[in-house]
Amino acid sequence: MSQQSHSGAAQPAPDFSIPPAPRRSFLTQFLAAAVGALVGIVPAIVGLATFLNPLRKSVLQKQAPSGSDADGYYEVTALAALDATPQAFKIIADRKDAWNVFPQEAIGAVFLSLDGDNSVRAFNVTCPHAGCRVDFRGGKQAYHCPCHNSSFDVDGTRSPESPSARDLDSLKTKVVDGRVWVKYQDFKAGEKDKKPV
Amino acid sequence: MKLLDWLDDRTGYKALLHEALYERVPGGARWRYVWGSTLVFTFSVQLVTGLFLWMSYNPSSQTAWESVYYIQHEVFLGWLLRGIHHFTAQAMIVLLVLHLLQVIIDGAYRAPREVNFWLGLILMKIVLALSLTGYLLPWDQKGYWATKVATNIAGITPVVGDQVQELAVGGVNYGHQTLSRFFALHAGLLPALLIGFLGLHIYVFRRHGLTVRDPIYRADTTFWPDQVLRDSVACLAVLATVLLLSIYHGAGPHGGAELGAPADATEPYSAARPEWYFLFLFQFLKYFPGEQEIVGAMIIPGAIVGVLFLMPFIGRWKLGHAFNVAFIFGLFAGIAVLTGLARHADSRDEDFQAAVTDADQKAERVKELAAIKGIGAAGAVHLLHDDPKTRGAAIFAMKCAGCHRYDGHDGKGKVPKDTATASDLGDFGTRAWIKGILTDPVSPRHFGPTQNNPDVGERFVKGEMAEWVGDNVASGKIKADELDAVVEFLASLSGHKDVGAIDDEKVRKGQEFFALGSDAVSGSCYDCHTMKLSDDPGELFKEPSTQIATGAPDLTGYASAEWLNAFLSDPAHKRFYGSHNAMPAFAEQLSERELEMLVKWLLHDWPK
Repeated sequence: MSQQSHSGAAQPAPDFSIPPAPRRSFLTQFLAAAVGALVGIVPAIVGLATFLNPLRKSVLQKQAPSGSDADGYYEVTALAALDATPQAFKIIADRKDAWNVFPQEAIGAVFLSLDGDNSVRAFNVTCPHAGCRVDFRGGKQAYHCPCHNSSFDVDGTRSPESPSARDLDSLKTKVVDGRVWVKYQDFKAGEKDKKPV
Repeated sequence: MKLLDWLDDRTGYKALLHEALYERVPGGARWRYVWGSTLVFTFSVQLVTGLFLWMSYNPSSQTAWESVYYIQHEVFLGWLLRGIHHFTAQAMIVLLVLHLLQVIIDGAYRAPREVNFWLGLILMKIVLALSLTGYLLPWDQKGYWATKVATNIAGITPVVGDQVQELAVGGVNYGHQTLSRFFALHAGLLPALLIGFLGLHIYVFRRHGLTVRDPIYRADTTFWPDQVLRDSVACLAVLATVLLLSIYHGAGPHGGAELGAPADATEPYSAARPEWYFLFLFQFLKYFPGEQEIVGAMIIPGAIVGVLFLMPFIGRWKLGHAFNVAFIFGLFAGIAVLTGLARHADSRDEDFQAAVTDADQKAERVKELAAIKGIGAAGAVHLLHDDPKTRGAAIFAMKCAGCHRYDGHDGKGKVPKDTATASDLGDFGTRAWIKGILTDPVSPRHFGPTQNNPDVGERFVKGEMAEWVGDNVASGKIKADELDAVVEFLASLSGHKDVGAIDDEKVRKGQEFFALGSDAVSGSCYDCHTMKLSDDPGELFKEPSTQIATGAPDLTGYASAEWLNAFLSDPAHKRFYGSHNAMPAFAEQLSERELEMLVKWLLHDWPK
C-alpha cells in the first residue's frame, strides 16, 4: 500500500520555500534547460520547415503553368483578329494550384493591338501600381485602372498624374503562321523597374 | 535587471515563475513522477505540429486527401511533420495508460484528490475524442470507413441516436460537412477543452502536491531543476521514439504516417479497422450480435467508465484499493486479450489480408497517378475511377475471375479456391499468348481449363484448332520461322501496349502464311478464321474465308481494343464463337465505361 501524501484533507498553505539542501548543481540546471529546450525545439523546427516550403525554388517552378513553348510564349489569337483598338485576350494554359492541375484555364490576360507599323503590341492587363486590372476606354483612347485612377496611353505610357511608378508592362510577341504568340509574364507591382515574378 | 524589476512590479511574473519552478518535491526527484509531464509535452507537440499541418490542410471531400498527399509528398519535411503528429498521438495513449495505472496503483485518487482524478478521466476522454476525430481528417479509405463505423455506433444511442449521428456527420451523407465538423472539433473545440481541463488538472495537482510514495527516499528538493531534468529526459525518450517510428516504421518513400487511397463511398473497404488502441472495442463488438450491439458498444464501456469515476469512493473501503488495482489490471488485461484476438483473427483471415494488399496497391497507384497526371478539380478519387489498372482489375475479379484467371489469380492477387474453367488471360494479346495458342492450345493458360466446365467438355480441347496444332505443329510440319511470322502478324494487330516494335518483314510473311498456309501444313488459318486487312496489296484476303470450322472467331484486328470490346460484349455473335460459345455476354452486365476499363486493363493500356 502506498504512502499517503503529506497533505491531508485539511489543506495547509502550499509551501514554496526552497528546501534546505537543494541539489541544484550547475550541471543539473544546464542539462535540464538544454534537454528541455531540445525536446521543445525539434517539433517546432520541423513545423517551421514545412511552413517555409513555399520559398523553395522547386516549389515555385512546379507551380508555373504549363502550355507555353520553350521560350515561354503562349499562343493567343489570330493576327487577323487584331486592329488598332486594344482588345483583351485570355492566356489559356494548364493552371496549377498546390496539388491541383486545372487543364486549359485562364492564367492571365493581355491587351493586344496593332501599332502604326502593323506590328503587335501587347500589355499585361495588370496595373503596375498595385495589381488591379486595367481596362481600355475607347472614348478616351486610354487604359484606366479603377483602383487608384492610374491611366496609360494606347502605347502604355502612364499619364503624369498617375500614381503608378512605371508604364504598363509590355510583353514580347511573335507571329507564327498568322497566329499571335505572347510571352506572358507577371511583374512585381509598385516598383519603378519591371521585374518578372 | 532594472527592466526585469520593472516588469515584475507590473506583472508579478517572478512569483509566478517561482511558484511554477519551485514546487516542493518531498523525498527527492524521481523517475516515477515523469508521466504527467510527458503527457503535457506530447500535447504541446500536438499543438505545434497540428498548427503547422493546419497551414497546408484543407477539410473538404475533394481537398482533404489531396492536401494531405501534398503535405506528405510535396512539402519539404511534410512527411516528418505528419509522422510526428501521428505517432505522438499514439504515444499519448500509451502515456495516458501509464499515468492512469500509476495514479491507481499509488492510490492517488484518494481524498483530497478525487476531483483531480475525475479531471484526469475527463482529459482521457478528450484525448480519445481527439484521436477519433483526427483519424478521419486525411479522408482516406481507412479513416472514412472506420469513422463510418464509429458514427453508426453513436447512432444506436437510445432516443437521440439519429440526431447525434446526423450532427456528427453534418447530415446523412459523409462529405464536406463531416470533414469540416470533425476538423472544427479536432483543431478547435477539443484542444480548447483539453487546455481548459489541463489547466484545472495542473492547478488542483499543485494545490495538493505530489502523491509521495516514500517521503524519506531522499532529501526534499524542488521541481526545478532536479525533477525537470528527469521530466525532460523522459520527454526526450518519447520524442526519440516518435522520430524513430516516423522515420522507420512509416509507409512510403520517406516514412511517416500512412496515407491510404482516397475515401470512396462506392468502393467497399474490407480492410477497415480502427487505430490499434480502439481495436479491443472493435473485437468486443463481434460478441454482441444484432440488437445487443448497444450492450457492447455503450452499456458495458459505460459501466467500466462508471467504475473508474467511482474509484475514489470504492477506495475508502477496506479492500477498496485492492479492488481498484485489480480492476484496472483486469481491464487492461482484457483489453490486451481482445486486441490480441482481433490481431490473431485478422492474421488468419485471407479476405482481410487480400483487402489490405488491395488497399495498399490502390494507395500506391493513386499516388503514382497524382504524380503522373496531377489531380483535377474533382479530386484524387477520380484518378482511381478513371484508371484502367485498378478499375480493370477490380472488374475482372468481380465479373471474369469466376471462370478465368489472370496469371493464376483473380486480377487483384487473390487465388480463387475453385478450379478455373476458362483461359488464363495474364498475357492475353502478347506474342507469348499467340504463340501459346498456336503451339499448345490446350495448355492451362489457354483452352485447357474449359474441359472443367461440364457444359463445354472437350469441345475446345479436342476441337478443330487443337487438332490442327496436333497435325501441324507437334509434328514439325510448320517451320519455326513460319510460326514466328504468324505470331508477329497477329501481334501487329494486337492492342497490347507491351507488344513493342513490330518486324514488318515478318508480318508480311505471316500474312501470307495465314492466308495460304504452306505445302506441308494441312489447311491455312484463313480456311477457318476470317481476316480483313485495311491495307492488303497482295489481295491475300480478297476472297471471303470459307470458314469451314464452327466457332472459329474472326481474327480481323485480333486483340485490338475494338475486337476485345466487341468480343466481351457478345462472344456468341457469329463473328466470334457462335453456337460454340459458353461465355456470358457482358454488354448488359457492364457499362460502356466498365467495358472500356476492362479492355484497357487486359491490354495494359494505362498511364505509366
